[in-house]
Amino acid sequence: MVRASTIAWVKRMELGVLAWGDGGWGDELARGAMVTIAIASAAYVVGSVLGILFAAMKLSGSSTLRSLATAYTTAMRGMPEMLVIYIVFFGGGSLGTWIATNVLGVRGHVDLPSFAVGVVCIALSVAAYACEVIRGAVLAVPHGQIEAAQAVGMTSLQRNRLVVAPQAFRLALPGMTNVWQFTVKDTALVSIIGVTEVMRSASIASNATKQPFTFYLAALAIFIVIAYLSQRLFTRLQQSADRGVRWGA
Amino acid sequence: MGGLDHLGFILDTVLHLSVGIPRTLVLAAVSLSIGFVLAVGVAVAVLAPARVPRKLAEGYVYVFRSSPLLVQIFLIYYGSGQFRGALEFLGLWHFFREAWFCAILALALNTGAYTAVLIAGGLRSVPWGQIEAAQAVGMSRYRVFASIAFPQALRHALPAYSNEVVLMIKATALASTITLLEITGLAKQLSAETYRPFEVFAAAGIIYIALNGMVAGGFGLIERALHRR
Repeated sequence: MVRASTIAWVKRMELGVLAWGDGGWGDELARGAMVTIAIASAAYVVGSVLGILFAAMKLSGSSTLRSLATAYTTAMRGMPEMLVIYIVFFGGGSLGTWIATNVLGVRGHVDLPSFAVGVVCIALSVAAYACEVIRGAVLAVPHGQIEAAQAVGMTSLQRNRLVVAPQAFRLALPGMTNVWQFTVKDTALVSIIGVTEVMRSASIASNATKQPFTFYLAALAIFIVIAYLSQRLFTRLQQSADRGVRWGA
Repeated sequence: MGGLDHLGFILDTVLHLSVGIPRTLVLAAVSLSIGFVLAVGVAVAVLAPARVPRKLAEGYVYVFRSSPLLVQIFLIYYGSGQFRGALEFLGLWHFFREAWFCAILALALNTGAYTAVLIAGGLRSVPWGQIEAAQAVGMSRYRVFASIAFPQALRHALPAYSNEVVLMIKATALASTITLLEITGLAKQLSAETYRPFEVFAAAGIIYIALNGMVAGGFGLIERALHRR
């Protein structure tokens, strides 16, 4: 009985559907994986830049800037990422339609480019998490060094560029590795607005072949491989950032 | 359209969507409870000297932490259809065709993996001397775990766990992709009916931010109460 049902299970998963080329969906999944990596990388870069900006606002002397940044990170971290995508994609689309009809006098519906919206939405959420990581890293740079930089007559720009930033980079790396890992996972959400990344490639393939388990399992495996490889890359980066650091000093 | 009209509509929408709050909270609470029990077992297995359970536990944690929850939900909900025959034979199809069951299963397995890491971290933080002292006064292995190690591990893991609860409340929104009408599902429906997506989704966002604010506040109170003693 166990044998019979095992055979039935294996038979249900015809792995030929994962083949490359016209006969299978392997190349579509691989292309989806490339799109996933592209969205994640773009969102990570944009989100990190925004994160630096928000961290600077949180560390600034102005209470207005500080509370603006706090309001932003609180809202973004309290709201499902999927809602952010809905707000920007559908809300932005209807705003575009409103502008088109009332300002430009053109009739019709405005659709936003889903790839760009996907990148922007993921970046907005990356920014909120990156902001906390970067702020923590900047605060972890020993204060004596900042005083020393002032003492040798550095301007605040020189101080930030030559003393704070290089060290904050190293200290932020573990946290930013985490941020990268969840950025990759968040990209699955942009499948809901029609971007053909891994998840949507898997959906299309499973609709065509009626083998959803095979394809979502393949998507799962692709994400695990991306996570594994990027972890190794970040470990390398950390090792190179840590060279020349005397531990316990 | 004036600004007041928008505000009024958003307020109406918040009321309309609040029907989904109990569903969101039930999804989160049930998955968190099942996930927590699972996580305790997994954390113990991760720290166990026995090789096979340790490797299994580590594998589970790795798979569920490095893949997106959306893929996990679809794998369980849509993927189970591929094995309908086998599941019917085992009498399990009845469960797997239910979106509620699949959503809770996926959410529980997901939070179980993340929580296991937190609990294992908490258990590691208990000073070894305490375990030795407990053994020395003749406590059984179970007593050492239940009354010495575990309570301290929980206390250690509490701040990070409050974060996990917030993440889970956010994660329940994904259940809307498999037809569940919790807050986000209702918002999608309402947005399609009213053609006012921005206000509707913003209203849903306000509800989530309020819920998560309360959760974070509640955990803050618990932490302070534990600290006082």
